Amino acid sequence: MAAERPITDDRHLDGNALAGPLSMLFVPDIATSTGRCGSCGRGDLLARAPLYAQAPGQVLRCRHCGNVVLRLVSAPDMFWLDLPHGSGLAIPHTAPADVSRDVSRGS
Amino acid sequence: MTAPETVRPTRDGPRARPAWRVARLAADRRENARTRTLVLEVPGWPGHLPGQHVDVRLTAEDGYTATRSYSMSAPADGERVEITVQRVPDGEVSPYLTEDLPVGAEIEILGPVGGWFVWRPAPAPTLLIAGGAGIVPIMAMGRAWLGTGDRAQDGAGRDGAARGGAGAMRVIYSLRSPDLLCYRDDLDALAAAGAPVLYAYTRRPAPGGHRPAGRLTREEIVEHGFAADQGPACFVCGPTGFVEAVAAALIDLGHDPARVRTERFGPSGG
Repeated sequence: MAAERPITDDRHLDGNALAGPLSMLFVPDIATSTGRCGSCGRGDLLARAPLYAQAPGQVLRCRHCGNVVLRLVSAPDMFWLDLPHGSGLAIPHTAPADVSRDVSRGS
Repeated sequence: MTAPETVRPTRDGPRARPAWRVARLAADRRENARTRTLVLEVPGWPGHLPGQHVDVRLTAEDGYTATRSYSMSAPADGERVEITVQRVPDGEVSPYLTEDLPVGAEIEILGPVGGWFVWRPAPAPTLLIAGGAGIVPIMAMGRAWLGTGDRAQDGAGRDGAARGGAGAMRVIYSLRSPDLLCYRDDLDALAAAGAPVLYAYTRRPAPGGHRPAGRLTREEIVEHGFAADQGPACFVCGPTGFVEAVAAALIDLGHDPARVRTERFGPSGG
């Protein structure tokens, strides 16, 4: 079991910011998927996990233990994606972000 | 890297898949000295939900590309997409978008993306809390609320009145000083429609304002927000430190963590 290092810094974004690049790889809206941390085993919505985007790649960490859950590097010719330590994704068939519902423009 | 535009049937109806599209700058609005709203025309745009964002990609003549995420500031309106960009000093992308990109020019956008930080009309009340440029997706939600109509529902309070199809709304907007204010007219329209807006200036108050400059307090969130037992949906957007503090205060006040949705932006932007 990895050491508990809850995320407390103010340098991270949310996993929600990965929704764009991951939409190039996955058909459902991946940000509303649940990620399971390979280190501590706990799950959380990807959209809520702390994302470190100031590295060459984008690094998503577990909100509970601080370990890396997902890494994505967008190179000019390919994507590199890894889910270290046996991290997993539970991806719903139907994404909640259903843009077919009419939301009319404000008056 | 162009993905075909596809609309897949799902149990809830079609969901538009995000794709890179060419966007033409049709018009712009200067929100303040460092902030510009870009009104983009995007052929084939499938629509979006308030709170979603787009990734903007700029490509230099030598092929170098830079991509940044920007929230949309207005609800879906055909093929029109509005984003608001605040200039980050020494930023790589934002100074070009706020100062240099001419009307008529084309950029590439990927979207709509993000299915988490989105607002949908629902009977429960909504509390929107913005810090600085975090007002952008918050404004999209407020404008969508304005668009839900003005049929008052039973049980509406003296303020934060419910509208047809949507519960009451209240807004808290924390910003450094009045010169950085965005969307004044539409925030006034929100207040006039029954969604009160608290302006919490942190460094310099508005002339004639009663609130001294200072950070948004927990007491102000209690006073201006909704009680936890009213089950409001809470949306918090701003710099990471601001979001951490506000979300922690809301949860400490008894709000259901699952009803507190956050979006942070931080030092990697620009």
